[in-house]
Amino acid sequence: MKILKIFITLFLIMNFSELKSNEINNDLKNKILKNIRCLICQGQSVYDSESEFASSIKLIVDRKINEGLKEKQIYQFLREKYGDWVIFDPQLNKNTYILWLLPLLLFLFGGAIMYKKIQKNNEK
Amino acid sequence: MRNKFSIFVIIIFLSFCFIIFYKGLNTPNNYTPKITEKKNIPTFKAKDFDSDNYIDSDKIFEENIFYIVNIWASWCVPCRAEHPLLMQLSKNQSIKLIGLNYRDNFNNAKKFIDDLGNPYSRILNDKDGTLGIEFGAYGVPETFLIDKNKDIIKKFVGPINQEIVKEIELIIK
Repeated sequence: MKILKIFITLFLIMNFSELKSNEINNDLKNKILKNIRCLICQGQSVYDSESEFASSIKLIVDRKINEGLKEKQIYQFLREKYGDWVIFDPQLNKNTYILWLLPLLLFLFGGAIMYKKIQKNNEK
Repeated sequence: MRNKFSIFVIIIFLSFCFIIFYKGLNTPNNYTPKITEKKNIPTFKAKDFDSDNYIDSDKIFEENIFYIVNIWASWCVPCRAEHPLLMQLSKNQSIKLIGLNYRDNFNNAKKFIDDLGNPYSRILNDKDGTLGIEFGAYGVPETFLIDKNKDIIKKFVGPINQEIVKEIELIIK
């Protein structure tokens, strides 16, 4: 009887951990799919799209996760095939310097103008 | 002096906006991945269309010649249009054509080949479209030219035409 109880407990623990790992993999898969652009229906992410391209990408991402690839490695794989544009969240590189730095420069420029105005008002 | 500076800043800002919008409107909306550098062919295992056996990519591209990988399907109308040109290319001895049958029904694909002729030295099954993804394809038809070093040197999205055939023939000469 005791052995049976131990066996059932172990069985439940094993099943629970498998369910948990499936849930983690699913979360990761959804996170990745939401960050990949569907190249056929270009306004949508692969997660939202029902196109054939999107369904193939979903299968590939699922396969890569099961092979043990990390999120960044999967993005890298897709980038090598389709270029930076396939990822919604662009990386900082020579093509995206303006994209990343322009808001910062505009912020600094605006801040400098405001600072000067405030200083002038204070002087008055 | 201050006024002049403000006008100068406004003009610069408006010019910047104009350039961004002008470029944006002139660029086509459809994104086509470009091959800017040579890419080695992916390593994969695929099902052979005729025998249904799995085959390694090393075995498929084992000869020291140029290869063409053509993604096709019987339901794809442009594939039908480019088929005579593939037949023309298949007569060239220094190139082998590999067909990737994309998300297709076996009987329909077989009928397509029986009716129009078989330009391929081997046809691979890509039932779920994942093999096409390994090549960096996103639709059908697509054609890849592979050189003797097993690098993908050209990619043609959409059906090939006479100009593309001439270009391929010039490269493999």
